[in-house]
Amino acid sequence: MSSSNLIQDIINGLLLGGLYALIAIGYTMVYGILRLINFAHGDILMWGVYFALYAVVALSMPWWIAFVIGIALAGLLGFTVEKVAYKPLRSAPRISSLITAIGMSFFLESLAVVVWGGIPKSFNIYPKFFNRTLIFGHVRIQMLTFFILGVTFILLLAVLWLLYRTNTGTAMRAIATDIPTTSLMGANVNNIISLTFIIGSMLAATSGIMWAMRYPQVQPYMGFVPGMKAFIAAVIGGIGSVPGALVGGFLLGMTEIIVVGLFPNLAGYRDAFAYVILIVLLMFRPTGIFRVYSEQKV
Amino acid sequence: MSEVLLKLEKLNVYYGAIHAVKGININVFKGEITTLIGANGAGKTSTLNSIMGLLKGIKGKIFYKSRDISHLRTDAIVKLGISLSPEGRRIFPNLTVDENLRMGAYFRKDINGIKSDRKWVLELFPVLKERLKQMGGTLSGGEQQMLAIGRALMANPDILMLDEPSLGLAPLIVKEVFDVIKKVKSEGKTVLLVEQNAAAALSIADHGYVLETGNIVLEGKGKELLANDEVRQAYLGITV
Repeated sequence: MSSSNLIQDIINGLLLGGLYALIAIGYTMVYGILRLINFAHGDILMWGVYFALYAVVALSMPWWIAFVIGIALAGLLGFTVEKVAYKPLRSAPRISSLITAIGMSFFLESLAVVVWGGIPKSFNIYPKFFNRTLIFGHVRIQMLTFFILGVTFILLLAVLWLLYRTNTGTAMRAIATDIPTTSLMGANVNNIISLTFIIGSMLAATSGIMWAMRYPQVQPYMGFVPGMKAFIAAVIGGIGSVPGALVGGFLLGMTEIIVVGLFPNLAGYRDAFAYVILIVLLMFRPTGIFRVYSEQKV
Repeated sequence: MSEVLLKLEKLNVYYGAIHAVKGININVFKGEITTLIGANGAGKTSTLNSIMGLLKGIKGKIFYKSRDISHLRTDAIVKLGISLSPEGRRIFPNLTVDENLRMGAYFRKDINGIKSDRKWVLELFPVLKERLKQMGGTLSGGEQQMLAIGRALMANPDILMLDEPSLGLAPLIVKEVFDVIKKVKSEGKTVLLVEQNAAAALSIADHGYVLETGNIVLEGKGKELLANDEVRQAYLGITV
């Protein structure tokens, strides 16, 4: 592999890893607080993409307003899903909320087939200058790549800032170890949980929209693969840990791209790498890379 | 006699079929230390948790400043001026000592008040000052207890409620903690103290209640209860 190919692969790996990381944050934050794997997370992502697409196609909005609307509506959808499906089960056995999450995933997918139709649609609503290619020596990089990398890094920094530099973020970390004691601090626990779902869903939708810009096909099951990969990334990083989700996301994205770069004839097995990494890592480190405090959970 | 700040009227707590607290009446007077003593399972923690709105199966009324708060949510109760240092300390292990303290003032907007309370708490517990950047989970038991009390004080409560602050602590640390409770009282705050360590609790309390399997069996001034034969026999291990 030549050095320019390597640079190209690293950039693509960062890009894919960042997209995974943005989705993984939602999984890991929700799991950290509720010990719930929100299987509907990938489907909320898909709805966000459709909202953005139809804001342009049906309402002829400018692309960037449509993106913001898609992301905001995905946040609203995440909020609603939590209130309707998960909140009533908060003190129920965990298996009940797990089954509910799987049901919610099927529901959102099927509803998308009914509402948007099952035929894949093209996501060509963004301006053409994103497709322009910049050439640095032998390295060719699309404008889109810079856009996605830029947005991803700004959002990841913003999430870390929120979690570690604000009161709200401190409460979000506190609630992950102890819900009743967080309420003893005068914090409205329901609001913090809602906010977690909103932020997670908005990040996933942002990732989904950028995913659709890069692989411009939109269909009701498009959330499944990114959702599953991001879930694996969250587990690799240590589910419940936000820094873990970031590391897991980049590790996964990078490995996928680099392995395919080194062994092009293995490209067809790309998705299997994620599972291989997961299985091998869990054999040696069952809690993932970052250890999460959980002993206080009652 | 001074004003009743907190009043429990026929408070009952049920856990399913178990009747843990059986219609107790308690008055907490402003500016005093009131203590609730009793053995394991007497219903002391249940009483505190029901005041904080943490329990579902409660009956009866809880008046704070003559207002019934028994149906309010926990965070609303905290905002009214009641804070609890809970049983088992419940420090946030993944937050630093400083962040734990800041969580105590989470709902407050008066930045200057928070600052001066933080300064006061660190004066009460100088050991926390050296540990500010350390994770809560790495503190010793005594330090965690101090942090739990400090965190509860950061809410600037009118009533500070303490659930077994002496549990599992060395005698020297227990003395330090009880000295702090006296200092908190001298600042004009009201204290409701739940303890198994009856001798220590009654010696600083103005008023005491003895709880036995969900009923109040004795009530009186702290010094009186300390001299009471039944209390001495049952809780202080002194044969009369």
